[in-house]
Amino acid sequence: MSRRKTERLLNLVICLLATRRPLSAEHIRQAVPGYDSENDEAFQRMFERDKNELREIGIPIEVHKDPWEEDPGYRIVRQAYELPEITLEPDEAAVVGLAAQVWQRASLAEAASGALLKLRAGGVETDEAGGMLGGALELRVDTRDPSFPALWEAVRDRRAVRFAYRGAAGQSVLTRTVEPWGVVSRRGRWYVVGHDRDRDAPRVFRLSRISGTVTTIGRPGAVVVPEGVDIKSMVGYSDDLNVTERTALIRVREGTCQGLRQVARAVRPGADGWDELDVDFTDPGRLAGWVVGFAADAEVVGPPDARDAVICRLKGALL
Amino acid sequence: MSTADRLPRLLALIPYLMSHPGAQVPEVAKIFGLSEKQLIDDLQLVWMCGLPGHTPGDLIDVSWDGGEILIDNADTIARPLRLGVDEASALLVALRMLAEMPEFGERDALTRVIAKFEQASGEGAEVSNQVTVEVDATPDALPGVNEALRRGRRLSLRYYVPGRDEVTPREVDPMRLVVVDGRSYLSGWCYRAEAVRLFRLDRMLTVEVLDVAADPPADAVPDEVTSGVFRPSPTDELVELELTPAGRWVAEYYPCEQVEELGEGHMRVALRARDQGWLVRLALRLGDTGRVLSPASLAESVRAAATSALNRYESVS
Repeated sequence: MSRRKTERLLNLVICLLATRRPLSAEHIRQAVPGYDSENDEAFQRMFERDKNELREIGIPIEVHKDPWEEDPGYRIVRQAYELPEITLEPDEAAVVGLAAQVWQRASLAEAASGALLKLRAGGVETDEAGGMLGGALELRVDTRDPSFPALWEAVRDRRAVRFAYRGAAGQSVLTRTVEPWGVVSRRGRWYVVGHDRDRDAPRVFRLSRISGTVTTIGRPGAVVVPEGVDIKSMVGYSDDLNVTERTALIRVREGTCQGLRQVARAVRPGADGWDELDVDFTDPGRLAGWVVGFAADAEVVGPPDARDAVICRLKGALL
Repeated sequence: MSTADRLPRLLALIPYLMSHPGAQVPEVAKIFGLSEKQLIDDLQLVWMCGLPGHTPGDLIDVSWDGGEILIDNADTIARPLRLGVDEASALLVALRMLAEMPEFGERDALTRVIAKFEQASGEGAEVSNQVTVEVDATPDALPGVNEALRRGRRLSLRYYVPGRDEVTPREVDPMRLVVVDGRSYLSGWCYRAEAVRLFRLDRMLTVEVLDVAADPPADAVPDEVTSGVFRPSPTDELVELELTPAGRWVAEYYPCEQVEELGEGHMRVALRARDQGWLVRLALRLGDTGRVLSPASLAESVRAAATSALNRYESVS
């Protein structure tokens, strides 16, 4: 943005804030330096662009259409423009300082520091050291997935999106069309939750499985988030429901398999250099994936399907 | 900061100067992330602007004699612009995440501050409900770690290292509690490694606060976690794996240096790891969903481990 344009826009903001009655475009053309006084069309184009740019940075420009006036009038209503008066107690200032750091180098970092600047400009003292634990606490949320910014904007603007997605089975990449309801970070992974138009049902997508770019489709405001929907629980533990937990008997060599011992429900020392563990599990495949890592130091005795899963996994590693 | 951000910046700078009369040039430049020269340039621009009419009496009056900034005649834009949706959301999502961490202990302040921002942001507050960062359950080790940090005490830990399947005793001078993506770590000086190390709280089997003052070396710097916590060193051996569709999770869980799609969901990845034992475990776990391409020595170790394990099953049955 050129210096002259910045000057013109700043003058325009001041002009529209200062006026109590809405001003016509022609009036603004006279009042704000930098508008073309010769060419009407050039002025109109420039004025349109300027209004859009101000709206893009969040400045609410009100348009008045009076039945007895030919041209619309413009103004900025002070209450809609100004940051409301906020005062923070010292403990509140400390948590705000800490919250603003969370996104450092993630895609909302700029928004967070912009918010802090506005607060400070409004005379709110925030405590950037984070106060808590004398600065010995650090919080980070990463948004490494390249699709995060586009999905956040789609959620914010309530717009549908389309992206290429590789399903959990991994073989195929399909195009999905989704009305996004929200994004959730769980155990370091981001998910987008929404209505899948192709399946006509709610679905959860992992951002790391989205390939290529996310394109928005349709108009902003078109997506309606159903009332009472809990996006967090949708990402929850659905695969663990309705599965009964069983107990495996695992023999482990003395002094090995520390990881298994930590989660075992019971550890019985054996006489032959091997100890017996009772370990709870739900999915034999999952248990096998973990136990095979201990190679010849662990042996699943039963139940048979868990034992077979281990044998199958070991044979697979020999292929 | 790009020039496109200049107008938003000026709309914050002017109110800042109004509410901080006599602010110093270096201090203001720092807060706004500018060089002093850029700040002066901003002030010169502001000085050209003002109310319609643009007579001297209409223009904003700014001076920075002796580095002390004074501003006058800018009452029209004396307040900053309200928070945008992105700005309000960035703060609210982070604050709600903090509120979900009971160990954080500032419940009361968080509740008050969240209410204030919700009220101040209106629409932005609503959208921020659609972004959630989940926090893992409080690890048992947390009270001890917190106490050691608060009182500046050394910790004695029994710590589990899954890569080597070892439980080792450690003495650690705690430096910082780090919560990354909802999971808690302690960054501290480890006397066993004689280096700064990152310890996952859910892998601390026991935690004892010693009656010894923590005394990490003066030049010890807490680990930088912004780039992620799994950071193999570039000198670690590069390992190549071929994965079937069911083995693709490896590429999602661990940072891979090379990822090549082989069609039909198969892929080839290259990653580095410090620990041979960890790699053997990973390969065994993959079973027939992944294969070590190189180095040959690793592929051989995997075969040997699988064979000896299978022998156990076959001899018993």
